Amino acid sequence: MSTVAIPLTQTLSVKTVAWAVLIAAALAVMPFALGEYQTILLAYGLIFAIAALGLNLLLGYTGLLSFGHSAFFGTGAYAVALMVKYLHVQSMELFLLGTVGASFVVAMLFGFVSVRYTKIFFSILNLALSQVLWSLAYKFYWVTGGTDGLRVPTPTLLGGAVGATDDKVHFLAHAYYYYVLVLFIACVLVMWVIVHSPFGKALQAIRDNETRAKFVGIRIRRYRLVAYLVSGVFTGIAGALWVPLNGLTTPDILYWQFSGEIVFMCVLGGFQYFTGPIIGAVVFNYLKSWVVGATTYWQGLLGVILVVLVVALPTGIVGTAKRLIDKTRGATSA
Amino acid sequence: MNLLETRKLIKYFGDTHAVDNVDFRVGEGEVVALIGSNGAGKTSLVNVISGFFPPDSGQILFRGADVTHLKVHERIKAGIARSFQIVNLFDQLSLLDNVALSIFSRENATQTFWLVADRFGPVWQEAVDILRQFGLDRTREIVAGGISQGERKLLDVAVAYALRPQLLFLDEPTSGVSTRDKAQIMDIVTSVVRSRKITAVVIEHDMDIVFKYSDRIVAMHDGKILADGTPEEIRRNKAVTNTLIGAVDA
Amino acid sequence: MRIVNLAHGNLYALGAFVTASLVGNLLAGMRPLFLYFLIPAGAFAAAAVGAILEPTLLRPFYRRAEEYQLLVTFGLLMILEDGLRFIWGPYPLSASTLFSELGSFTVGDAIYPTYNLLVIATGILAAVFLWAFIYRTRFGLLLRATAQDMRRASALGVNVNRVYVQAFTIGCFMAGLGGAIVVPGQSAVLGMGVDALVLSFIVVVIGGLGSLEGALVGALIVGIFREIGITVFPEIELAVLYLIAAFVLLVRPAGLFGRPA
Repeated sequence: MSTVAIPLTQTLSVKTVAWAVLIAAALAVMPFALGEYQTILLAYGLIFAIAALGLNLLLGYTGLLSFGHSAFFGTGAYAVALMVKYLHVQSMELFLLGTVGASFVVAMLFGFVSVRYTKIFFSILNLALSQVLWSLAYKFYWVTGGTDGLRVPTPTLLGGAVGATDDKVHFLAHAYYYYVLVLFIACVLVMWVIVHSPFGKALQAIRDNETRAKFVGIRIRRYRLVAYLVSGVFTGIAGALWVPLNGLTTPDILYWQFSGEIVFMCVLGGFQYFTGPIIGAVVFNYLKSWVVGATTYWQGLLGVILVVLVVALPTGIVGTAKRLIDKTRGATSA
Repeated sequence: MNLLETRKLIKYFGDTHAVDNVDFRVGEGEVVALIGSNGAGKTSLVNVISGFFPPDSGQILFRGADVTHLKVHERIKAGIARSFQIVNLFDQLSLLDNVALSIFSRENATQTFWLVADRFGPVWQEAVDILRQFGLDRTREIVAGGISQGERKLLDVAVAYALRPQLLFLDEPTSGVSTRDKAQIMDIVTSVVRSRKITAVVIEHDMDIVFKYSDRIVAMHDGKILADGTPEEIRRNKAVTNTLIGAVDA
Repeated sequence: MRIVNLAHGNLYALGAFVTASLVGNLLAGMRPLFLYFLIPAGAFAAAAVGAILEPTLLRPFYRRAEEYQLLVTFGLLMILEDGLRFIWGPYPLSASTLFSELGSFTVGDAIYPTYNLLVIATGILAAVFLWAFIYRTRFGLLLRATAQDMRRASALGVNVNRVYVQAFTIGCFMAGLGGAIVVPGQSAVLGMGVDALVLSFIVVVIGGLGSLEGALVGALIVGIFREIGITVFPEIELAVLYLIAAFVLLVRPAGLFGRPA
C-alpha cells in the first residue's frame, strides 16, 4: 500500500459533468426500464446514498468516524412519524422542514459534546448517544409505539399537488421515486460544493493535521461542529425520505447495527472519494437484500465482508476501480 | 518599542523549568537566532509565545499589547506565526492546497462553504507565487506526503509564511536534511523573510548557519537566557561556548 | 496498549455464553459445587479467541490510521454477534442454579443474594491481580514500556509481537471473566455485548482513560447510579448515566483519574 493517499479534490472537468448528466438521465428513466419492485429498491439505494454522503463529510473529509449516525436517520424517520401522529401532517415538504429542524437540534446536542474528542472516543461516544435515543424510542412506547413502531402513510408531494392514488406501489415507484431522485441530485450538488469549498479544504486540513490546522488559524472545534451539523441534517433528510417508503418506523432504525451499515456503505464505496459513499450505498443496498435472502446469519456475513474490505481493499470500489483504470492506462501507454 | 517582549515568563513541567523567568525581546525587522543545547527551553519558549500552551505566569507583549492569554487563532490574526521542528503538514493535500489554506484562513475565507475554492483566483495565484519563492513550484500538484524531506521543511515554513505574519518563529528549519540542503533552505528562508521585512526568530543547532544568517543571537540554558548579543559578542562569550560544546570553530 | 477493539463487549458476551452453556449442559450430571469451578471457562474461551484475533486481524493495523482498527473490530463485532447466535441460538441461556444455590442473606430489612458476594470478590481479586501484574511484574514493565514506545522497546530486544498478543489475551480473559461471573445472575442474551461496550465506555469516560483506579471508581459510580436509575427512573436509566458522563466530560474532560491527552 502506498503511503501517499489520493487527494480528495477532483476538479470539475467536462468529462465529470458529462458522466454526471449521463447517470442522472439514466436514473431518470429507471422507472420505465425496471419493474416497480426494482425501482423502489433503487429509491432505497439513493436514500441511503444521501445518508452515506452525510456520514462521509465527517469520515472522509474531517477524519471523524461516527458509529452513531443511526441517531440522525432515526430522528428524521421519527420526526415524520410523530408529525403524522400528533400534527396530522401529510405534506412531504412539511415533513422535510420538521426533519431538518429536529436533526439540527439533535446534531447540536450530540455534536457539542462529541467534537471535543477524536478517534475512538468520538466513535464510541456517538455510538453511545445513539443508543440512548434508541432506548428512549424503545421505552417511551406510549409516544413512539415501542417495538411496534409508528405507521406513516404516503405523503402528498409538492404542497399537496401530487397525492397518492389508490395504487400505492405505483405512486412510490413513480411520483415518489422522482421526488427522491430530485432530492438526491440536490444533495449531491450541495455536498459537492461544500467539500470543494474553502470550508471543505479546512476540514481536510483538520483531518490531516489538527495541530497545523490550529496554527494556520482554523478553529478546530467550531469547524468540526459545523461539519457535524451538516452531516446530521443530511442523514436526517435521508431518514425522512425513507419512512414513507418503508411505511413504518421502529426503534431498529436507531440501533447500532444500522449505524454500522452506513459506515459499511462508505467503506465499501471508498471513503476517500466523493462518489465513494454514493456507489457504496447503492451497492450495499443490493448486497444486503441479497445477503438477507441468502442466510439468516447475514449480519455475520456482512461482518466478514467488512473485514475483507478493510484488509484487502481499503480504498473501496471507487479506489480499486481507479487503480485498475490507471494500471490499464499505464499498460497501454507503455 | 520592541515588536515582541516577554516579561518574567515561566513555564514549568513538574520539576522541569522549561521556561524560567525569561525576558526575551525581539526588535522589528531582526533575524534572531535562538540557540542552546537540547532541553534548554528554546522550543518551549516558542510554544508558549505561539500559544501552544499557556505560561504559568508572566507576560507576552506584542507591539505593546498583552497577548498572553489570546487563543492561537487570535495570535495569528495579531501577526504571530510559526513553523514546526517535526514537520507538520497536510499530507493528503497538494502543496498548493497546503499554502492556499493559510491564505484562505488569513482572508477569513475558510468559513465559506457555498463557493467552490477554485473560484478564488487571487488566492491560488498567491499560493503559486509563494511556492515559487520557496522553490517548490514544480511539485505543487503533488500531495505533501510525497515530496522529499528538504522540500517538506521548506513547505512547513511556506505555510507559516503565507499567513503574512509580522513575527515568524522557525523551529529548526534545517534539521534532518543534508548539509547542502541546509544552506539552500536557509538561503531561501532568509531571502524571503528579509524581502518582506518579516521579523524572524530561528531556533537552530547548526552554528555555521547561526553565525552566517542572524543579526542577533540569544542563547538559552536550563530555561534561562544565558546571553544575548551580536554574533561577534556571542562568539567571544565564554559562558556560551562552555555550555554549547563546539559552538565556536577555531 | 492503544489497541482499539469495538468487539471487546462481545468477548464479554462470549464468556457469558460459554459458561452458561457449560453449566447448563453439565448440570444434569454434576453436583452444583463442581460447577462453580467451571465459571472461569468462559474467560479462557475469550482469551483463546483473543490470542487468535490479535496476530491476524489487529496487528496489521497498528501502524495505520485508527479508523481501520475501528472498522475491522466493528466487523468483528458483527461476526461475533452472529457467531454467538449460530452456536447457541437466539434464545437467552441461563446458569441461574449457580445463583440460587447460594441463597441469600438478610441485611436489616433487605435481602441480598449471596452469589453477589462471589462476584464482588472476583472483581476485587481481578482488579488486584491486574494491578499487580501491570505494576509489579517484569512482564508488566515490558508491557508498559512497549505501550509507551513500541520501536524503542523492540530496539532493546523486547519481543514486541509476543508482548502484544499476551497483553491482548489477558484483556480478553478479563472480559470473558466478567461475562462468565455475571451470567448466573442474569442470562446470556444476544446484544449484551454492545450493552457492555457502551457501559464500559461510560466507565472509562468517567474514570479516565489509561487509569486502573479510574476504571474501578468509574465502574462503581456507573453501577450505583444504574441501580438507582432502574429503581427510580426505569425508562431513562441509560440516559441518566449519559448525563453523568456528559457532565464529567464538560467539567473534567480527562476523567476523574485520567491523564489529560
